[in-house]
Amino acid sequence: MTSAPDTPLVHVRDLRVAFESREPGVATVAAVNGVDFDLAPRETLCILGESGSGKSVTLRALMRLNPARTTRMSGTVRVAGQDIASASEAQMTAVRGRSVAMIFQEPMTALDPVFSIGTQIAETVRRHEGIDRAAARRRALQLLELVQVPSAARRLDAYPHELSGGLRQRAMIAMALSCRPRLLLADEPTTALDATVQIQVLLLLRELQREMGMGLIFVTHDLGVASEVADRIAVMYAGRFVEEAGVSDFLRQPMHPYAQGLLGATVHAGSRGRPLVTIAGAPPRLDRLPAGCAFAARCDRVMPACLDAMPALAAAGADRSARCLLVTPPRTALAA
Amino acid sequence: MLSYLLRRVLYAVPIALAVSVVCFLLVHLAPGDPINAIVSADTPADVVEQVRREYGLDRPLPTQFALWLGRVAQGDFGKSIASGRPVLDELGPAIVNTLRLSLGAAAIGFALGTALGVAAALARGRWPDKSIVALAAASVSVPHYWLGMVLVIVFSVVFNLLPSMGAGGGGSEAWRWDWEHVQYLVLPALTLSIIPMGIVARTVRGVVLDVLGQDFITTLRGKGLRGGRIALHVVKNAAPSVLSIMGLQLGYLMGGSILVETVFSWPGTGFMLNGAIFQRDIPVLQGTILVLALIFVLLNLLVDLMQTTLDPRIKRQ
Repeated sequence: MTSAPDTPLVHVRDLRVAFESREPGVATVAAVNGVDFDLAPRETLCILGESGSGKSVTLRALMRLNPARTTRMSGTVRVAGQDIASASEAQMTAVRGRSVAMIFQEPMTALDPVFSIGTQIAETVRRHEGIDRAAARRRALQLLELVQVPSAARRLDAYPHELSGGLRQRAMIAMALSCRPRLLLADEPTTALDATVQIQVLLLLRELQREMGMGLIFVTHDLGVASEVADRIAVMYAGRFVEEAGVSDFLRQPMHPYAQGLLGATVHAGSRGRPLVTIAGAPPRLDRLPAGCAFAARCDRVMPACLDAMPALAAAGADRSARCLLVTPPRTALAA
Repeated sequence: MLSYLLRRVLYAVPIALAVSVVCFLLVHLAPGDPINAIVSADTPADVVEQVRREYGLDRPLPTQFALWLGRVAQGDFGKSIASGRPVLDELGPAIVNTLRLSLGAAAIGFALGTALGVAAALARGRWPDKSIVALAAASVSVPHYWLGMVLVIVFSVVFNLLPSMGAGGGGSEAWRWDWEHVQYLVLPALTLSIIPMGIVARTVRGVVLDVLGQDFITTLRGKGLRGGRIALHVVKNAAPSVLSIMGLQLGYLMGGSILVETVFSWPGTGFMLNGAIFQRDIPVLQGTILVLALIFVLLNLLVDLMQTTLDPRIKRQ
């Protein structure tokens, strides 16, 4: 668990996840098709993509939370020094909730309705730290105060349905942080919340991440949310990263046509008075992906070469890359 | 909580009243004159009329009902037309016997049903699941009395392992939970347990699969909880639905064992009802049906209250 400062917190190479149906004749769905990335300690990576792009599956693969029976997973995944791909299930239960924790999208359904939130927080602490019931309850109270739940002592015995959406999500965050994880995974944690609550939860999350020095991988389809929390942004399409860049570089000049399309379809200060441009068409079916670029069918700058083979992720400047034939590395003369 | 409890109990009163009206009327709506059970066919007409007056059978129905209900409220169910003894004296031991049989059947059916249901849910879609689902469907489709007779033929006639009739010597008071007596209970209880077993198995399978498919199960796994602790969450989530089905099944067992008690001559309420129907013994019929129906209402009330305490989402206000 003791890793040198320069070793990444998360190291992912050629991650592939497919879901096999047990029904004969139903095709295998290739949800994640070769994802590579590293995450430094304390860094925040936002994975941006639409529904079905594989972003949640990627996140769950980091904890091996995809349904075991139907999931085929391959590639290298190391999180906080632990080899996730080869760990036994018993080893995984020791990793989950302790060094890696996850916050889910819908706090109403992600919390058990018949257990009080205090119990649900305390059971995590008891599982990993083996402390007694009373001490775990005190920790749960401290955690609820940490995530700024008002009158936390009273809320400890509340059931999920007795709390508002924002408070439920705070309880969920408290649960995730209960054992001071080194990596926090957030699966659209603000999508189910009202806009005003959304920003409060987002700011809280960012503040806690900095305080506790966690790495954060944040999955969202909301570019505004991504720009608020991310150090780096990775755009995901049909199970692959199509672009990866620092957040300011990305917002200034997205390179992949899909990323450009996303930005063009988003409301922001510069888009005032202009019509929003949508990306025509729909993502490809994951049970029969094309041989070439998965975005080619929707791309307005498609070339014959795009259909032949999937373009490799090419470096497109300092610390950024894109998976498109139009993107060429900057000439050294210009860089110098 | 106390006012909630009181209100639930009050809700049960009109139901109990309606039940008493229905069971009073059902007997009078049935074809045939109950007076024929008391007097022989060649009795002179004026004697028949006199007997009719003595039993109050000449009064208008509402009056008969009001008088009957008034007496019932004091524990007086009248006298059996067939035996001349107070109905309550016959009803008491019969209910105790039926309760023994129902509890025996419930113990077998609920335990087996729960085990099969959980096993099926965990093996979802594979052959153990499919065979348990088929078994559950078969078990609710098999006629009770037929199964009872088959069991008697196999275990009593062919192998001579278990008695096929009665509840052991010495009457209801002599009953003990020892093998001497319990051996009489085995076959009827087994026969009766088949339907609740199937229904409980199907319910448990469905509820457990539903709970296992919930998002919060992923959260629990994501917290690093192990199987045992996750099972506790599943049990607590599944308990309200499963226990309510079990409560209803216990109610059906109490009231619905006429055929099985008759096949095995088990001296319970079902056996008694069967006899009362053939003898047109209206006081016994009314008293038995009413008490069984009230037990059913009471069980429902208990199920309701239990669900409220188990599921925090049901408002207690």
